[in-house]
Amino acid sequence: MLLRFHAAGRDDIHHTPQETFYRKGGCIYMDSKNIIRLENISVSFDDQSVLQNLDLQISDGEFVTLLGPSGCGKTTTLRIIGGFLKPDSGSVFFDDQLVTDLPPHKRPVNTIFQRYALFPHLNVFDNVAFGMQVRKMKKEEIRERVEEMLRLVNLTGFEKRSVNTLSGGQQQRVAIARALAIHPRVLLLDEPLAALDLKLRKDMQAELKNIQKRLGITFIYVTHDQEEALSMSDTVVVMDSGKIQQIGTPQDIYNEPTNAFVADFIGESNILDGVMLSDYLVEFFGRKFSCLDSGFEPNEPVDVVIRPEDIDIVEPIKGDLVGTVTSVTFKGVHYETIVDFKGFKWMIQTTDFYDVDRTIGIKLNPEDIHIMKKSEYSGMFGDYSSYSEEFDEMADPEAALTGEEAEER
Amino acid sequence: MKTLSRIYTALIFLFLYSPIAVLVVFSFNNSRNRVKWNGFTLKWYADLFENELILESLKVTLTVAILAAVISTVIGTLAAIGIHGMNRKLRQTFLAVNNIPMVNPEIVTGISMMLMFVFVFRMTGLLRPGFFTLLLAHITFCIPYVVLQVMPKLRQMNRHLYEAAVDLGCPPVSAFFKVVLPEIFPGVLTGALMAFTMSLDDFVISYFNAGSTAQTLPVTVYSMTKKPMTPEINALSTLMFLAVLLLLILVNVAQIRDASKKGRKI
Repeated sequence: MLLRFHAAGRDDIHHTPQETFYRKGGCIYMDSKNIIRLENISVSFDDQSVLQNLDLQISDGEFVTLLGPSGCGKTTTLRIIGGFLKPDSGSVFFDDQLVTDLPPHKRPVNTIFQRYALFPHLNVFDNVAFGMQVRKMKKEEIRERVEEMLRLVNLTGFEKRSVNTLSGGQQQRVAIARALAIHPRVLLLDEPLAALDLKLRKDMQAELKNIQKRLGITFIYVTHDQEEALSMSDTVVVMDSGKIQQIGTPQDIYNEPTNAFVADFIGESNILDGVMLSDYLVEFFGRKFSCLDSGFEPNEPVDVVIRPEDIDIVEPIKGDLVGTVTSVTFKGVHYETIVDFKGFKWMIQTTDFYDVDRTIGIKLNPEDIHIMKKSEYSGMFGDYSSYSEEFDEMADPEAALTGEEAEER
Repeated sequence: MKTLSRIYTALIFLFLYSPIAVLVVFSFNNSRNRVKWNGFTLKWYADLFENELILESLKVTLTVAILAAVISTVIGTLAAIGIHGMNRKLRQTFLAVNNIPMVNPEIVTGISMMLMFVFVFRMTGLLRPGFFTLLLAHITFCIPYVVLQVMPKLRQMNRHLYEAAVDLGCPPVSAFFKVVLPEIFPGVLTGALMAFTMSLDDFVISYFNAGSTAQTLPVTVYSMTKKPMTPEINALSTLMFLAVLLLLILVNVAQIRDASKKGRKI
């Protein structure tokens, strides 16, 4: 499903005057670097805290992903930006203008909802035209723009179709066209691909990213899928229990996680207890390793992260550590090998096959070792002792869509 | 076994419908005799439409039924939307409260409303028992039925639909008419038809709340039975039965059509 954009696509959209409120306020929006700013937002439902003192700034034109397990508050954050939910305390700014009390129909943002929320009694054309008809635009202009939008999402010729006859992927495209037709400055996407199958999801990821680049508008994307977040975003915001754990580029988040939660949630991680002896020198498993991290107190206890793909397997005699293989799973690209080191089980991803009960050594280079300060998450993640495929599947929030929805109720 | 069950079913229908059959048959009887068949006539129907009292109460009945159906549908739909938006606990409480008038003995509802109207009238001089109190009473007992018809439609609706409309710049009220109402309309329609039917065939509540100035058809029929009866009553009852039957069929057809539409979607 490759993209074939109409050449006129982007320019038309970019130069259309914004007929939204912030113009009236006399604010020149291009000067403002942050298009959206959340300050000190707190929300709770039934005495249960969902967001705690959240601060977030989003730059114009960025692809930002809010990533976290279900119930972490990411959807709630999105609903606050969309105006569907009023925070208990805190402020929302758009182009440095306070909009906390502005109702959703007056905000220059549009939302792609989890289950698309297309209007079932309208056909594709009328769905896409809805926002423009509300704005009382000229018929001719509406018709042109609907065509342009349907071309953008590769649905030319679907105008007269009932939305109920479309497949999930096609409905998703209509939802995107509908939201983009009124030229929002910011598009909010609430797990838009969760209901699609894997193959279609991959295609749509690329397509969404492409549309965002083309139009140059800000996307705020909510997902629990870390792979999706890493591959699409300019900035990833990792959230858990109503707090932002880390904000950074996908590379930062993966390579320099700030705590055990982030390290575990993004990719696989072996997380060990260690002691920072001095700058660039850490001790764990009773051995000293040189590393690239500094700025800790002498002898400060730390969490040590070692990614499974960074570990080199060597002869036991040459290894920094020696352990026994306890299980091997073939994953296609590599073998996922669980190795027991003095009772602590590590995951190692290797292209070579080492059978169960084989004794192996591993070698760690300084750049393979990442040091994190101790946090409330220390000791909760990063041990593969109880690791099994099914267990991991169960912990995956894929099936927990309903949980995320319940969060707002 | 099969014949046995058929006989059983036939018996049940016989018991259920034989009184009505007798009623209908004797409405065409060319005699005042209620036992002996004396040949076919439409005389009683003709008489019916010359009877001032009956025509007047027919007018009252229809006016009340239409007004009560429209007003209770509006109030009931709004109530359903409000209840739907509540959290689970409140919603269940409100639905339980909504159901009480439907299971409450009609005579209790009727008398309690009469007592309240009399009380208000004595205290303030407003709400003199008559057409207006009759209408108020009918609206009141119709609302729960409307709520009950609209609620499931709201529950079936994708709850993001309204938000999507607002999100696209639609002000809340117009979002309701453009997006929510078309979705729940089958429920609203059956609710209105139910309300109309309930109002049309209500006797007990009308009897207590109509005062002396406004009489509905069922109340008139009742007062006719106190005097020497004519087969006019048969004719009138037959017509009322047919009217209600027709409405029930309409409600059912609407529901079936809606269900099959839903089936096609999936």
